[in-house]
Amino acid sequence: MFSYCTDPEALEGLAWLSCYLTTGKHMGLYISVVTVLVLLAITAPVALAFGFAGATAARSKFLPLRWLGKGYTSIVRGVPDIAFFMFFVIALDQGFEWLRHQVKCPDWPDAIRQGNDFVVCTAAKLPLSASPQWLHETYAFFLAVLTFAIVFGAFAANVLFGAMRAVPRPQLETAEAYGMTRRQTFWRILVPQMWVYALPGLSNLWMVLIKATPLLFLLGVEDIVYWARELGGTKNARFTDYPHGDWRMWYFFALLVFYLSFTKVSEVVLERIMKRLTHGQATSGGEAQRRANA
Amino acid sequence: MKKLILSTAALALVAGFASADVVRMGTEGAYAPWNFVNDAGEIDGFERELGDELCKRANLTCEWVKNDWDSIIPNLVSGNYDTIIAGMSVTAERDEVIDFTQAYTPPDPSAFAALDAGLDVEGGVIAAQAATIQAAFIAEKGWTLIEFATPEETVAAVRNGEADAVLADKSFLDTVVGSDGLVLLERTEMIGGGVGMGVRESDQELRATFDAAIQSMKDDGTLNTLIAKWEVSSQW
Repeated sequence: MFSYCTDPEALEGLAWLSCYLTTGKHMGLYISVVTVLVLLAITAPVALAFGFAGATAARSKFLPLRWLGKGYTSIVRGVPDIAFFMFFVIALDQGFEWLRHQVKCPDWPDAIRQGNDFVVCTAAKLPLSASPQWLHETYAFFLAVLTFAIVFGAFAANVLFGAMRAVPRPQLETAEAYGMTRRQTFWRILVPQMWVYALPGLSNLWMVLIKATPLLFLLGVEDIVYWARELGGTKNARFTDYPHGDWRMWYFFALLVFYLSFTKVSEVVLERIMKRLTHGQATSGGEAQRRANA
Repeated sequence: MKKLILSTAALALVAGFASADVVRMGTEGAYAPWNFVNDAGEIDGFERELGDELCKRANLTCEWVKNDWDSIIPNLVSGNYDTIIAGMSVTAERDEVIDFTQAYTPPDPSAFAALDAGLDVEGGVIAAQAATIQAAFIAEKGWTLIEFATPEETVAAVRNGEADAVLADKSFLDTVVGSDGLVLLERTEMIGGGVGMGVRESDQELRATFDAAIQSMKDDGTLNTLIAKWEVSSQW
């Protein structure tokens, strides 16, 4: 990267380190950090939406919808994450390809399942084998987002379901007494008030989601932990300009710092949100705030 | 969700413009000198050079894909890439699930690396990478085996005393012995039937293509030159 990096063997100290930390391989690590952050930024709202839909369905008056909501939360919460990430994603990917195969190659003579092999016609591949590697990676990334959203959405649905039931009944009765319809009561009274009950559970989920990102590697997306292990491993002078011993400890230490500071920042932010949500609520926290200001 | 559908649609659209005849080559990228990730972050090593040459001879465009060793076969059969070129020995067990081209390196003995040159391996704890011929060999012999997901971890286990020795391809161990007091034991084990490229059983055409390309490299001696350059095995 820097002009003085052409002969790393002659370098020492900080100059060497600055060259070492800017190799193409280290760029892979930095990109994976961004990948993880982007994944979290997209997954969190999508999972919350899944959760909201699940919770609303679970308390619906319409029986099949209620079954759907309850089934979603109980089944997905019961399946171990790792099993979900190993099998569901491959199944999802094959499902997409199967659908495309049916549409694009209706005259295909061979079976799709041949022994162990899953073979769809070339035009049905997702993404096409001819497309560049970044497209394959983006596709894997979106599969990851979808899978994370489904898993964490189920937990969020359960949290929101509980939170909706925790809103004091008199609040809803008052709304009805004012002549609000069911829909109005739901959107204007129930939803704004439930967040304060949901937040502790949701913040737990957020923390778990941050720590679950290394599961990405199971989905073929190179995550931070993969790169830390790869970069930290012993490097022989035959294959690299920057030979070193087993440095995994340092890389994992850096990961520790990254995850701890990330969760710390999250805690501070969540604390602030909690304070704002508590304002004016008929909870002990809201009461304490009122007294402090009075 | 809507965003996802949109992006999937966009992907499908973009993907439609690319041309066909790209072969995706799956490798592990953690097994020097066979395959590893170089300083620039690209896949490098004996198999990178071999694979590129084979593709040139077969008039194919090849794209390299990194995949974890553990899931390298499942991802081949489900179609995420088209070949495995990752120092994988041809064994009867693997041959039931996938097919192999002819071997591109001859069968070579596996070696042990340990801190103590006089170690009796039969009484010791031996480390090996999971799902390799070496792990299967130790399990069959009934010795004490600890498995690790990556080659790097098997060597680290010997360094920190968790295992007494590591059993692996000699060419890989050559890259790690000499530092931190690691030495090769004199004892070697003749296991495995040479290293070949893995392809799907339904993909006989591709197998024949690569078979022919490997044969042509054997015939004109370029394969031997490549083997000598990277010191991966004995000569043909």
